[in-house]
Amino acid sequence: MVQLTLPKNSRITVGKTWPKPEGANNLRKFQIYRWNPEDGQNPRLDTYWVDLDTCGPMILDALIKIKNEIDPTLTFRRSCREGICGSCAMNIDGVNTLACTWGIDDVKGDVKIYPLPHMPVIKDLIPDLTHFYAQHASVMPWLETKSNTPAKEWRQSIEDREKLDGLYECIMCASCSTACPSYWWNGDRYLGPAALLHAYRWIIDSRDEATGERLDDLEDPFKLYRCHTIMNCTKTCPKGLNPAKAIANIKKMMVERQL
Amino acid sequence: MAFLTDRKRVEGLGPAGSGTMHHWHQTVLSAALVILVPLFVFTFGAVLGAPWPEVVIYYSRPLPALVALLTLVVGWIHFAKGVQVLIEDYVSGTARKAAIIATTCLSYAAALACVYALARLAL
Repeated sequence: MVQLTLPKNSRITVGKTWPKPEGANNLRKFQIYRWNPEDGQNPRLDTYWVDLDTCGPMILDALIKIKNEIDPTLTFRRSCREGICGSCAMNIDGVNTLACTWGIDDVKGDVKIYPLPHMPVIKDLIPDLTHFYAQHASVMPWLETKSNTPAKEWRQSIEDREKLDGLYECIMCASCSTACPSYWWNGDRYLGPAALLHAYRWIIDSRDEATGERLDDLEDPFKLYRCHTIMNCTKTCPKGLNPAKAIANIKKMMVERQL
Repeated sequence: MAFLTDRKRVEGLGPAGSGTMHHWHQTVLSAALVILVPLFVFTFGAVLGAPWPEVVIYYSRPLPALVALLTLVVGWIHFAKGVQVLIEDYVSGTARKAAIIATTCLSYAAALACVYALARLAL
């Protein structure tokens, strides 16, 4: 359901301004969303100053530096620090992306960091992705076969394998789905670009024998057809993938089997 | 409060089994309008501001009358289907159903009014 204003207890207030580090010449201002479910307060925007001369080049480096040296209560997810795990997805300078692959220099002016939009927040920069993961599981992201398992392997031609390029690389960071207005308003029923990209990855897999069932599962005005080709998903994907094209291809297949 | 699993929430009532034909009809109607709208603008523009008798004579010819008829009917059907999607996006619950019924009735009534007006003009 569409919400044009935030509920009162979600409105962001001015937070604490942390002191500038002494003796630093190359300072950068970071404004970071903070919310603690245990203190009963509204979310706030804390201000931190980071000495870039002693900090790595990426946003994640700055967040780790802030947590290590300024405010150990700052909470965020991170793991691989090289764009593979998708843990550190957040909204940086108005763009959903990975903190580990987004350079501090890529941001003009103050660096503003929020959690992924329109998701329940667990704490600070950590969104609750439970529903998102359940949607991913619902598209059966695995090989479904009916034939007897071959003695050696399920064979696939080079051409058919190439059809999976641009699809298998998705790391489920949720940047695309949380950038999609349709997912904001109807995320309870619309599967969102990430889950649909994964659905297409298995629909188009030459080895998979459940194509019809997969398409049947998506034959729904909300699960699939909430996509209005807004393209925010493609624009924001930190891996350079094109979920909108995958969704368009699913729609084409849906029409093909009816006409 | 309901103790539902995450998967149960996602599954909901299951796939509706429809949606593609609505999408396809929208696509076909859009393609038709790409051709019809310029034709309508061209034919309608020829008598825009002309005196009443001249307009009546003009619209008693088959081409302008049929172009106008098709554009208006197809346009209103396209509108009904488009607004339904819009309502589904932004309205929920009973209000959603009521709004879809109201806009669909309104659109078809408007299409009918266009047919009636053109018939009066052309026949």
